[in-house]
Amino acid sequence: MRISLGPNLYFWPRERLDDFYARAAELPVDIVYLGETVCSKRRPYGLEEWLDLARALRAAGKEVVLSTLTLIEARSELGVMKRLCLNGEFTVEANDIGAVQLLSDQGVPFVTGPNINVYNPQTLRRLKSMGLRRWVVPVEISRASLQRLLEEAATLGLLDGLETEVCSYGRLPLAYSARCFTARAHNLPKDNCQLKCREYPEGLAVRTQEGNDFLTANGIQTQSGLVQNLLPHWREMRDMGISVMRISPRPEGTESAVRALRALLDGDRADPAELGPACDGFWRGTAGMAPLSAGL
Amino acid sequence: MELVCPAGGLPALKAAVDNGADAVYIGFGDDTNARHFAGLNFNDGRAAEAIDYAHKRGSKVFVAINTYPQTDGWQRWTRAVDAAAALKVDALIMADIGTLGYAAERHPELPLHLSVQASATNPESLRFYKTQFGIRRAVLPRVLSLAQVRQLADDAPVDLEVFAFGSLCVMVEGRCQLSSYVTGESPNTCGVCSPAKFVRWQQSGERLESRLNDVLIDRFEAGENAGYPTLCKGRFVAEGNTFHALEEPTSLNTLELLPKLMTMGVKAVKIEGRQRSPAYVARVTNVWRKAIDACKANPQTFRPRPEWQQALASVAEGTQTTLGAYHRPWQ
Repeated sequence: MRISLGPNLYFWPRERLDDFYARAAELPVDIVYLGETVCSKRRPYGLEEWLDLARALRAAGKEVVLSTLTLIEARSELGVMKRLCLNGEFTVEANDIGAVQLLSDQGVPFVTGPNINVYNPQTLRRLKSMGLRRWVVPVEISRASLQRLLEEAATLGLLDGLETEVCSYGRLPLAYSARCFTARAHNLPKDNCQLKCREYPEGLAVRTQEGNDFLTANGIQTQSGLVQNLLPHWREMRDMGISVMRISPRPEGTESAVRALRALLDGDRADPAELGPACDGFWRGTAGMAPLSAGL
Repeated sequence: MELVCPAGGLPALKAAVDNGADAVYIGFGDDTNARHFAGLNFNDGRAAEAIDYAHKRGSKVFVAINTYPQTDGWQRWTRAVDAAAALKVDALIMADIGTLGYAAERHPELPLHLSVQASATNPESLRFYKTQFGIRRAVLPRVLSLAQVRQLADDAPVDLEVFAFGSLCVMVEGRCQLSSYVTGESPNTCGVCSPAKFVRWQQSGERLESRLNDVLIDRFEAGENAGYPTLCKGRFVAEGNTFHALEEPTSLNTLELLPKLMTMGVKAVKIEGRQRSPAYVARVTNVWRKAIDACKANPQTFRPRPEWQQALASVAEGTQTTLGAYHRPWQ
């Protein structure tokens, strides 16, 4: 199995991004996803700068994939997505089905992100015929359902040249909206959001009235309140034929998660529970927020 | 412009047809559709009766098979598609790529509409579904502003249907896993959001608490209107403030936008609410029929009448209505 670093979901200033990716080049990850997937108003880098960064990471031995925006509303956003799909140099992770259309028009292989709804092998077959080479499993699919999907896909002969990637560590991207919830928390409309999400490098905590972690507002994206940690399940993933485990960037803790997973995959000792409180319910076929089961 | 109305059972379908719906959309009684609620929806026999009733009176019937089958459930969805085809429905409303492929290959004569659950918001995604499956119409998620709907209507390779009235999803439909995060069941996988079996009401002193799978969704003071704990419509705490952090319990009402939607060439307006009563369907269909007819006759001077707005407000969730994402400041 390989380790990927997912696209950064937060709005970090350039300096933090520069620093984060300089360190990522040194980390034992195999694949790095780059690009803005949440909000088109965040422009820490322009396309050319993303490409420069991609080249630098490639030179450091990483496979680099460029991720598209997830919710396309304006023509300008469609234009950015088109330019990304036409970059001609790097594989693209389609986060909207429109990107799948554009990539298949050009006959280039592509990856689908976790918000492309692939729930069954028939969907996989259709996308594979259009150029899919790796898919990221939607976060709510359980281990049992994924196992059945992969068994059936194998029977249909779909798994040659097709990789499966699982979101394995980080806050879960759960929902997208027209509305910006970070701006809303500051009584600002989206059109005058003042880029408030810049003040929240790991999103804005939304708790219940009893003070429990519930959700995380990240602009127009809503994330889980808890961090998901599927590292303890790595053996199951390996045995099922999962190709890639994804770690989603956090301001702190990304490096520990990567190193812990690398150690596990290399057969060394590591205790993934030390990464902090987390949930793993989706994988176990229950409510996603269910806490990481003890005794793994 | 076509008026598309919801029916969760035969009485509601009759109410829609009798009050002037051009089309009624229904679902079967299982998790193949996004309103999989106990006691709701149609078996094959009732569906045949419904279709007969509608067709005799000049209304169409669409069947929603718009959830996402997983591997072990696949046959339930293909059976639903075959059953709908045998019933000679006027269109299927679908979202899943696998199931759309099945329907397009097995029943090429059957018109396909793209469900809102497919989250198509741009011309390229519509082109995907048109090229792959020959869809004729797409229902848009409730996230686009009016200006964005206009642009999409200009660029779209298929007809567009938009939500006109009913409960408001604040998230992009088909891309929301909040319900499964809290309960394990979501619209995509089970056809439910914040399912009733996880709801618990609890009196705590003077206050009434609503919980979903034990998560506190809201607290109501004595006398306060306590709405269903749809998880995105509760009051939560952010930055020290307790408020409707995601959305208030309001309904979408676009009656005043009708002339604009018509001018843009939007092909159909959709009323939400298959889970609602026949009385709701009758009242809302009645108002929208009158409004569409008035607007067609005289688009320049069209104004929603106060009695129409009152009738709609009386059945709205939380009795508040909003223009939702169509109106930019809402965003």
